[in-house]
Amino acid sequence: MTLPPDLKDRFPLLSQIVNGHKIVYLDSAASSQKPDCVIDAMNNYYKTINANVHRGAYEIAAQATEEMEQARRRVATFIGSESPHEVVFTKNATESFNLIARSWGGSNLSHGDAVLITDMEHHANIVPWQILSAEKGFEIRWLPLTPDGLLDLDQLDQLLDGVKIVSVTAMSNVLGTLNPISEISERAHAAGALVAVDGSQYVPHLPTDVHDLQADLLCFTGHKMCGPTGIGVLWGREEVLDSMPPFLGGGEMILDVRRDGFTPNELPHKFEAGTPPIAEIIGLGAAVDFLDSLGMENVRQHEIALTDYALRSLNKRYGEELVIHGPSDPLQRGGVISLEYRDVHPHDLSQVLDQRGICIRAGHHCAKPLMKELGVVATSRASMYLYNNESDVDALVDSLESAGEMFAL
Amino acid sequence: MSGLEELYKEIILDHYRNPRHKGELECPPAHKTEGFNPLCGDEVSLTFLVEEGSIKQLRIAGQGCSISQASASMMAAAIQDKSIDEVRNLTREFKAMMSIHEETMTNSDQESVSAAALTLGDLEALKGVVKFPVRIKCATLSWNTLLTGLDDLDA
Repeated sequence: MTLPPDLKDRFPLLSQIVNGHKIVYLDSAASSQKPDCVIDAMNNYYKTINANVHRGAYEIAAQATEEMEQARRRVATFIGSESPHEVVFTKNATESFNLIARSWGGSNLSHGDAVLITDMEHHANIVPWQILSAEKGFEIRWLPLTPDGLLDLDQLDQLLDGVKIVSVTAMSNVLGTLNPISEISERAHAAGALVAVDGSQYVPHLPTDVHDLQADLLCFTGHKMCGPTGIGVLWGREEVLDSMPPFLGGGEMILDVRRDGFTPNELPHKFEAGTPPIAEIIGLGAAVDFLDSLGMENVRQHEIALTDYALRSLNKRYGEELVIHGPSDPLQRGGVISLEYRDVHPHDLSQVLDQRGICIRAGHHCAKPLMKELGVVATSRASMYLYNNESDVDALVDSLESAGEMFAL
Repeated sequence: MSGLEELYKEIILDHYRNPRHKGELECPPAHKTEGFNPLCGDEVSLTFLVEEGSIKQLRIAGQGCSISQASASMMAAAIQDKSIDEVRNLTREFKAMMSIHEETMTNSDQESVSAAALTLGDLEALKGVVKFPVRIKCATLSWNTLLTGLDDLDA
């Protein structure tokens, strides 16, 4: 099985003309485009069943509630969980990490404890721990990288001593590196630590099974997986989520409120204060259906082939003039390609590409500690998804040269 | 490529390829101020020497794109020997040029821009940046950094 060749036609935005060129969208690691079925599902909610959930006794409120809870069940199934109440809806992966740090970390971490993160984390999995550490005084440790951009697992066991939680990305948003989460989980559990995983770049691109990952907590975001912005997920093992105090307080998250206190709601509502982003949840449900219909294994195979093509094309054309960060083996990485071309600054490179309708990202990709490790302030990043094809890669490869002519020193 | 040529004027590329006033001055007697562009991670470090209320020397260090580097280089050339008040005025004029978009321009804005253009000189070449809003922060990085440094003097 392969992906349908006309997949771009399902994404209305991908037929747009930008600066006189049909858009070449290579920034899906930042945010993916949305298929028509996701846009339609959200419109349909607003047009036909818009009502607040979980309280109205009338028909459309019941339908809205049912659609929202159905989306939760689909998301659970999509990541291999049998328990929809283990799926907590948040605003994005960043909020999911803040929830973990504030709720689990706030009640489990104190002076003398340690949290282990890695040198390839996104700021979303760094700063929440730093904020909490400033209050609680625990240590933040960093698992380093090997020269080819993999986690240096030789140092893992030694760094685990005294660690209460390991918080690690399943796939780097800069290097593309796929990390061996199940192995890390086994070793972390053996050392008595919990494991939280940043699945933001992983869940949209590879078949995901929370049992295989063996993690305790998993964060990801809707807008990178063909879904809308404003909706993220925190999945957690029931006993872990049960042990955690509420994060935000307000409506929905309570069973009872009295003058002298409150009783929190059951999972998952305990962590879902206030009116949820109903349309976005329904949109995410539609996105998960769309991905399921394609088959995540097919998505992965498509991206391996395309990444292989991109790496070979870039290296063949530019050789020594080009540095591509991260693993060279497409099987060890996703379709995120961070590059440095001659001495052209990423901002200037992306500006030149923009004139040809090519969208890539320039900057530190919210991973400043990693940039420092790489010895750069910024990189240019092209990232691919299920709708990209070889002609998109060709457009990227062809355009680098003109940027070089203009800016090489 | 017409849009690009408007942004990357030859004089900008010249300052980018051959930046003026690069380096660092010894502190003290010089003052040091640093700035970051949080969008892209670019860094600029300015050291400058103030004598009798005027900026006698300014040196630029750091990393950045062509726009931020050219803007810093042109700024250094423009403020040499200017009084701090004049530098503040020039900064205001430069920032006004950066943030006014053509489609929202009123008559009085147009007048102030052309008045500014008279004193901005070479810096006017950076006017094309306003059509690329993302890059305005690149162009203003060194200016905002200098302002912070001047404010620190007063503090």
